[in-house]
Amino acid sequence: MAERQLLRGNEVIAEAAIRAGCQCYFAYPITPQAELLEHMARNMPRLGRTFIQAESEVAAINMVYGAASAGVRTMTSSSSPGISLKMEGISYIAGSNLPAVIVNVVRGGPGLGNIAPSQCDYFQATKGGGHGDYHMIVLAPSTVPEAAVLTTLAFDLADLYRTPVMILADGLLGQMLEPVELPDPIDPASLPRKPWATTGAVGRDPNIILSFDLGPENLKRMNETLQTKYREIRAREIRYEETDVADADLVIAAYGSTARIAKSAVRMARAEGLKVGLFRPITVWPFPYDALRAVADHVSTVLTVEMSAGQMWEDVRLAVAERAATPFYGEMGGVVPTPRNILDEVRKHAR
Amino acid sequence: MPVDVARMTKVFERPKSLTEARYTYCPGCHHGIITRIIGQTIDELGIAERTVGIAPVGCSVFAYLWYRCDAVQVAHGRASAVATGLKRAKPELIVFSYQGDGDFASIGTAESLHAANRGENITVIFVNNQIYGMTGGEMAPTTLVHQKTTTTPDGRDPATCGYPIRFSEIIATLDAPVYVTRQALYDTRRIQDCTRAVKKAFQNQVDGKGYSLVEILSTCPTNWRMSPTKANEHVANVVTQVFPLGDLVDRG
Repeated sequence: MAERQLLRGNEVIAEAAIRAGCQCYFAYPITPQAELLEHMARNMPRLGRTFIQAESEVAAINMVYGAASAGVRTMTSSSSPGISLKMEGISYIAGSNLPAVIVNVVRGGPGLGNIAPSQCDYFQATKGGGHGDYHMIVLAPSTVPEAAVLTTLAFDLADLYRTPVMILADGLLGQMLEPVELPDPIDPASLPRKPWATTGAVGRDPNIILSFDLGPENLKRMNETLQTKYREIRAREIRYEETDVADADLVIAAYGSTARIAKSAVRMARAEGLKVGLFRPITVWPFPYDALRAVADHVSTVLTVEMSAGQMWEDVRLAVAERAATPFYGEMGGVVPTPRNILDEVRKHAR
Repeated sequence: MPVDVARMTKVFERPKSLTEARYTYCPGCHHGIITRIIGQTIDELGIAERTVGIAPVGCSVFAYLWYRCDAVQVAHGRASAVATGLKRAKPELIVFSYQGDGDFASIGTAESLHAANRGENITVIFVNNQIYGMTGGEMAPTTLVHQKTTTTPDGRDPATCGYPIRFSEIIATLDAPVYVTRQALYDTRRIQDCTRAVKKAFQNQVDGKGYSLVEILSTCPTNWRMSPTKANEHVANVVTQVFPLGDLVDRG
């Protein structure tokens, strides 16, 4: 029976990673994810696992590249400016078909920004960020318990598709304490075999891990393999949650912490008799375009609410494809919208 | 007099740890010698089945093609960080990185220095030819004062470009490294010395002793615009004045 504990989001992601069999963790301190790093520092060595406080985010992601090459479950975490530094490494990890988990506890930007919650890294997470035609699977937890579940899922998906998976959290989720049932530790024997890993060429030809081919036709084939993988992921791994959508006339589209706040706004709007629902992408890449389009077919308005200038809004508009009105309400710079703020926006557009 | 091949003793052959893939290096370049020395070392230590090589970015980007062992090709400058991750994940592996001067001592400065400072139990082969060969002969961090390159067409001016960086000496100031040495290949004696140094650097790792670095002064006849013979003389007479040969640290 799993125990129920009051824990901080950052610690829950760390502990869930340990229980998912994360063998090597590498990171550099940055607010607001420092508790994640500190939890790993306290616990990984006593479990006989690897913790390194790297000299930089660049080094940390490349240590992840090395550990992933060796076939073990591995993770790094950071917050926005640090994630920018990891982008080179993430591109290499994607291009080399390596499984790895990257946590971004997003803070206000651009530049040094601040340490308050934000969702301003959505483009970076979902549209590339690093160089080349690649994607990460991007999981966006909305609560601390869900962060635990999605951390486990992140490791499973990374191994299944040999791809980097990002947990896209934010400062609010990282710092918030909630009651949570942690998942049971996995049985290491249950983990998938990795015959491609560089573990020493015993009784087989050498394994080579690379993202490189000078020949355009060969590199094109490597890219096509990646794109085939992305099509499979789009077909199988899209996740989202609908709340009060069936009879709604206005649906709020929001993810992460903002979706949780929006859920309160939905309850307040319903109490006023407004037919309002919530559509929450759990995978922001791949984005649930078809599901949101189906919703748009029976509502008048899809109101996007984000802690950004309107980044997910672009995907919402692609999905809705003018089947409904697509107004936007966003906050920036670490300002967190209240349920009342969102309700005010809902009232502007609801019939 | 007919030669009886069956009665002859074979005294020189391709190391078993090397593949038959053709080198992509220019004629006269020392990368080929270094590759052979590493292959021979892997053979002699009997570690091919547990060795993982790290190939950098630069002329040796294809390094993963030459060895019959697992290999990982990595981002420019990050080889020591990748080696760290690999070795920590699987300490039973023998992990070596093969890095040029731009890779190791310029873009990878932080990764190189801190892997050494942590005393990672890895072997680093640092090939110093004082130039960026692959991209067309630009200035390297190790380019000599007044040396002409495509980005210092009038010669490296210390007033604006600084001086050639003696990175092994910097690493030698750290407490953790077990073995730091600078070797060359301009004549057979140096090749023999270098071979012993490379073997020691691998043996240290096999023995669990810690971080070993072998810097090897190498030639780039193409971009130095010298014949291979002149290039060897240049290393012997000029380069070693700036980068003296010998052990800097030996705590083995």
